[in-house]
Amino acid sequence: MSEKIILGIESSCDETGVGIVRLSEDGGITLLADQVASSVDQHARFGGVVPEVASRAHLEAMTPTMERALDEAGLSLSNVDAIAVTCGPGLAGALLVGVSAAKAYAAALDVPLYGVNHLAGHVAADTLQHGPLPAECLALLVSGGHTQLLKVEDLAGKITEIGSTIDDAAGEAYDKVARIIGLPYPGGPPIDKAAKQGDPDAIKFPRGLTGPRDPKFDFSFSGLKTAVARWVEAQEADGRPIPVDDVCASFQESVADVLTAKAVRAAKELGIGTLVISGGVAANSRLSGLARERCEEAGIELRVPRPRLCTDNGAMIAALGAHVVAAGVRPSSLELPTDPGLPVDTVYV
Amino acid sequence: MLVLALDTATPAVTAGVVDFDHEGLARTLATRVTIDARAHGELLTPHTKEALAEAGLDFADLDAVVCGSGPGPFTGLRAGMVTAAALGQALGKPVYPVSTLDALAADYAEVHRLLVVTDARRKEVYWARYENGHRVEGPDVCKPAGLEDVEVDLVVGAELLQRAVEPASPSPNGLVMAASPLFGRTPPPLTPLYLRRPDAVEPGARKRVSRA
Repeated sequence: MSEKIILGIESSCDETGVGIVRLSEDGGITLLADQVASSVDQHARFGGVVPEVASRAHLEAMTPTMERALDEAGLSLSNVDAIAVTCGPGLAGALLVGVSAAKAYAAALDVPLYGVNHLAGHVAADTLQHGPLPAECLALLVSGGHTQLLKVEDLAGKITEIGSTIDDAAGEAYDKVARIIGLPYPGGPPIDKAAKQGDPDAIKFPRGLTGPRDPKFDFSFSGLKTAVARWVEAQEADGRPIPVDDVCASFQESVADVLTAKAVRAAKELGIGTLVISGGVAANSRLSGLARERCEEAGIELRVPRPRLCTDNGAMIAALGAHVVAAGVRPSSLELPTDPGLPVDTVYV
Repeated sequence: MLVLALDTATPAVTAGVVDFDHEGLARTLATRVTIDARAHGELLTPHTKEALAEAGLDFADLDAVVCGSGPGPFTGLRAGMVTAAALGQALGKPVYPVSTLDALAADYAEVHRLLVVTDARRKEVYWARYENGHRVEGPDVCKPAGLEDVEVDLVVGAELLQRAVEPASPSPNGLVMAASPLFGRTPPPLTPLYLRRPDAVEPGARKRVSRA
């Protein structure tokens, strides 16, 4: 196999991402470009991602983002050997823009197309920073749309879900709590910042699904969000000010505690020595901090890609594409459909 | 010049290869059309490849791309526009957007008074009115009842309107003819004619979770 240039396109939510990697003959993957256009500012006043707004933004951003990625890599489209694109899971209208564009590029350039899984892409992002994954690892994916524990035996094929949220995603809980206490959308960064000034033990918020009879590796954040709302309303009813920093710190502690406790327990019980945390919430300082403490205690190697690689981007799709190409997987059909509910064990379509 | 014509603003997934000559005449070399409002994203690129193959051509032979820019249901419309944009970028060829209603009208340029309507869903239609091949009103979106009194010689387009006739989607020829005044110029931006804002409302006051 000679060296290959793999292009990745991501449009499953509110970021239009184009990434480019080089797949070397020895299987090594080098990041050449990572360009993202985000429509997050357009969603802020709605308090969440509006699918139609996101889809419109993808259409506007697709070719300019491609141009910037090619410039960054110092390449032209004629250098591209394969195209990978997120075909699910995600917002239907948003996915369709990326997949339609990817098909057109692949057809015009006469190169193979690979429809790949967004969630597997988040795991693949880590290989861009920390190199190949061990034969077996556990991945905790935490973002505004997903909260999942995955057993990864082969990035290009064998990924199994160990647990997932039964209601809200962790990032969604951040957005909702931010709204309750009057912080801006998206809620992750402002809550993380306020929490640093607060006392994580000030308020005892519940730890979802941690009872002895609860599913061991599933998550729930809806009750936590309601608990925060109740606590804030009780304060207001009594005419007391809301200690925003303490609320943030205590809420964040509950999220980080449950996520890391379950991930470490899963790793121990399954006998897996490596934990990868990725997705937008992986950028949270308390989550990564607590994960570091607990993984060290348990003798588990922790891998968290830099924040830029944790949030949605095209580089992770290019990286996953490179793994899939290296594995000799057959390309997707140009009739590739989008699948908003694509299960995580389907790495490529 | 050889032009690829695409449109996904109606339930039709349309790709055609058209030869546009020096005298301003368009001749369709090959067409692929599937009527399936849910298949735009899946079928447009395969249709494009098949039409090129039937015409005995390759992507590199194309001189330009023309794409219907709506108005049309948003998701399908975007599939066509982003496909056209990406093809243009990959081939280094200009992409000319053209109103889908104008393209439909271009096939009836000889009609004195023409009304073109397409399905806008939600029991509404997109429409524009033409006289001797020139648009005089629209494009706009309204209930079909709002067009009942419009006096024209022919109505073309969606079945929603009782008196409408076939076809309900533009032909590759019509797309190229409607876009042809733009040929040779800098293409305008590839902006879809949405005619509606996104259905999003800013959240009101937060609901209480505990009893007041």
